[in-house]
Amino acid sequence: MSTYAQKKGFGATIWDYLTTVDHKKIAILYLIAGGFFFVVGGLEAVFIRIQLAVPNNDFVSAGLFNEIITMHGTTMIFLAAMPLVFAFMNAVMPLQIGARDVAFPFVNALGFWLFFFGGVFLNLSWFFDGAPDAGWTSYASLAMASKGHGVDFYVLGLQISGIGTLIGGINFLVTIINMRAPGMTYMRMPLFTWSTFVTSALILFAFPPLTVGLVLMMFDRMFGSNFFVTTMGGNTVIWEHLFWIFGHPEVYILVLPAFGIFSEIFAMFSRKRLFGYSSMVFATVLIGFLGFMVWAHHMFTTGLGPVANAIFAVATMAIGVPTGIKIFNWLLTMWGGSVKFTTPMLYALAFIPSFIAGGVTGVMLASAAADYQYHDTYFVVAHFHYVIVGGVVFAILAGTHLYWPKMFGTMLNDTLGKITFWLFFIGFHMTFFIQHFLGLWGMPRRVFTYLPGQGFETSNLISSLGAVFMSLAVLVLLYNVIMTSVKNVRVGNDPWGDGRTLEWALPSPPPFYNFKQLPLVRGLDAYWLEKMEGKKGMTPAEPLGDIHMPNSSFLPFVIAFGLFVAAFGALFNMDDKAWSVPVLIIGLLITFGAMFLRSVKDDHGFHIHKEDLMEDDNDKGAKA
Amino acid sequence: MKRLAKWRLISIFAILSLILSGCGEPFLSTLRPAGEVADIQYDLMKLSTLIMVGVIVVVMVIFFIVLIKFRRKDEKIPKQVEGSHKLEIIWTVIPILLLLLLAVPTVSATFKLADVKEMDKKDSDALVINVRSNLYWWEFEYPGQGIVTGQDLVVPTDEKVYFNLISSDVKHSFWVPAIGGKLDTNTENVNKFWLEFDSAKAKEAGDLFYGKCAELCGPSHALMDFKVKTMSRDDFDSWVADMKDVEEPKVAETESAQRGQEIFNKSCIGCHAVTPANATPPEARRAPNLTNFGERSRIAGVLDHSEEDLKKWLKDPEKYKPGNLMTGSYSLTDEQINDVAEYLMGLKVQE
Repeated sequence: MSTYAQKKGFGATIWDYLTTVDHKKIAILYLIAGGFFFVVGGLEAVFIRIQLAVPNNDFVSAGLFNEIITMHGTTMIFLAAMPLVFAFMNAVMPLQIGARDVAFPFVNALGFWLFFFGGVFLNLSWFFDGAPDAGWTSYASLAMASKGHGVDFYVLGLQISGIGTLIGGINFLVTIINMRAPGMTYMRMPLFTWSTFVTSALILFAFPPLTVGLVLMMFDRMFGSNFFVTTMGGNTVIWEHLFWIFGHPEVYILVLPAFGIFSEIFAMFSRKRLFGYSSMVFATVLIGFLGFMVWAHHMFTTGLGPVANAIFAVATMAIGVPTGIKIFNWLLTMWGGSVKFTTPMLYALAFIPSFIAGGVTGVMLASAAADYQYHDTYFVVAHFHYVIVGGVVFAILAGTHLYWPKMFGTMLNDTLGKITFWLFFIGFHMTFFIQHFLGLWGMPRRVFTYLPGQGFETSNLISSLGAVFMSLAVLVLLYNVIMTSVKNVRVGNDPWGDGRTLEWALPSPPPFYNFKQLPLVRGLDAYWLEKMEGKKGMTPAEPLGDIHMPNSSFLPFVIAFGLFVAAFGALFNMDDKAWSVPVLIIGLLITFGAMFLRSVKDDHGFHIHKEDLMEDDNDKGAKA
Repeated sequence: MKRLAKWRLISIFAILSLILSGCGEPFLSTLRPAGEVADIQYDLMKLSTLIMVGVIVVVMVIFFIVLIKFRRKDEKIPKQVEGSHKLEIIWTVIPILLLLLLAVPTVSATFKLADVKEMDKKDSDALVINVRSNLYWWEFEYPGQGIVTGQDLVVPTDEKVYFNLISSDVKHSFWVPAIGGKLDTNTENVNKFWLEFDSAKAKEAGDLFYGKCAELCGPSHALMDFKVKTMSRDDFDSWVADMKDVEEPKVAETESAQRGQEIFNKSCIGCHAVTPANATPPEARRAPNLTNFGERSRIAGVLDHSEEDLKKWLKDPEKYKPGNLMTGSYSLTDEQINDVAEYLMGLKVQE
């Protein structure tokens, strides 16, 4: 075992991460890449707020502004929020169900690299005559009219990273269905695992419509088809349907894991089991199901007619019910508990009023006739930022502090964490609360400027000042991360002291095989149950034996890289560049060659022998 | 802690005063409804806000009790409670009832706002206006009256006005916030709805409402404004009559304007018509009709209506509306621009 514990050089570490199939390392990759894109998207947000701080501003031009808003939305949803959520799913879910890895470790790595290269490809558009500028929704008539290659970067980049997300989702589904430890029944799974499960199912059904939409648009833009060309009998409303059949579940793909993280936090730091566990599970599944029934509420003003609008209005309101159940269950989890105000708990507490605000405006928006006023105004901008920042980003920040010790073996500074929290919390409400009113006062969204004399000046300035606080919060967090990593104070299995689920029964970070012996799960909050009986760890469910592990592989990186190369060929083929077709072919050859290699070459993995595992134990004993 | 509480109080007051400081401008805000449609929508807003504030109050009361009462004081392990069926049923059923309270008026209003049966009646005397959105300008055609105008929508007050909406290029959305919610102008199909303009409220707003494009449509999406001029039915009828009187392009009066007209007829008339009865098919009208340009409220929807601003606009339209389709379609010297500007400002139909 000693070979694994050796300190590695920098190059070796990089190579290790490029070839890793370990879910814990892939989680770190997702965290780093997602964090990077979060900062990029955040900078774009800052540019937006600078431009809108005063009327008639010329900080950026009208065309550039549209590129910035498009990239802000696309980056934040696809390249920041999703991968960050995936980071926690990867880091925690296998540990929570008592598995040694996900079902398909190779596919897990492939999923990451596809997402990564898709994201890089999309962002490279800044350096090739302009980013996409048709909004993150990329409505077809505008996208088809968009000049330059921006929209092509959008279509191809999202297509590549979308494949990554889809196979990631399938992987999680299979993992949760097949790889639960003995005794871990469905109704004993922690809520974060449940939300991962439902989210993965949503990914499975929501991403194909997006893929279809993107393929149609790709053919229209690159190969001269006419799916969205009205003059040739095409129809642009179909894009709206396809996009929102994906787009609405996407919101739940993001927010359900957030609910999962908060469910863990509320239970942990109240020292109480989750109130109404079964109804929480039921509500999660119901939200996931209803999430597919409401997409047309994004299209109330498209002119679908009163029957469709009325049905989708009522269906949308119905989602409020399971969400309300969750809120009350969280409150009652704390009720009678012993609430400790750690940094993650602060985010969880702040999440309740913030998300409620986003939720109630959601119900207001569901009222179709009234939505004709809200639609495409700053009211909507305020609403979805309350849901996505107040729900998802709060959860990501909370999860970062909560799971940092489990992922890196050291705790983020709690005082700095609280400073981050307060700056972010104040900045967030300052930026977005006022935007509800801007919308009601008649300010449409996605405007690159506004004329004076319409009553928008003061409120926009306040909103922009709020962004300063949020930026400071992110800077403090980055400082915290650096300081913590430099100090590197190691922590034990359960650094918060209140861990309830299986991941806290393991060392921080866990060994690469996670569980030496698979644990026996005797109920909900498995680790907590053992602790309450005075035991130090889990009761093993199997005798100590050899552990079968997968080999590392560079092929996932190569497969994704091939598609990245091919995308450039496809994109510049439109300009009749001589090199474009060869590049396309070379890229596809790389991808399919690597896939062929993977298929024909047997890779049986390796075994960690029982003796090594026992030796590992002795090592630790000696150190202690 | 005390300091923090004080700071919180101050911020609450700041927010409250902001809220109370206004419901927005009377010519623009959805919170100052000036017609039946906006009224219906405002009532729905108030109802939903009321219900939701109720929900928020209940949640926040529980929330603050928890924050105060259940802080960790010692290392005791609290009782592990599984749940409570009674409570869970309560907080499932009550929200359902609350939502029904909102759903019923929502559905009824949705159908009411979509009721355009009047448009299909053969002998209807309801006013119908065809709205056609184009990259950064609006065309308003009155098919029953046989006139076309652009940028300034002229409507009679206190009656239902029906609209046919369609777009020439990309999707836009037609929105007059103070009058009623928006409807998209799609590229493939006509959308229909109605609005009503209240005369008393219109007076408060100076008989001029702001209209906006609400769907991202390109660089100048933010500048795709239009205006709505409201007037009594009698005034409207006389406006229509005056418009219809212009059967031939009006001959300019001053010398400079006459030169301007000549230049206009060479360089501009290919896109801009100056007679209201426009025989060109709607899809082929490439620029706003300028018959009553001299009486409009803005230039290009965003600049003040003055000869100075008109000259600036003609000199460099790209500067004021990036991405517009007029840029580069003509080349005029400064002198020619002065003449054309004088001619255009003289295009008036009413005395």
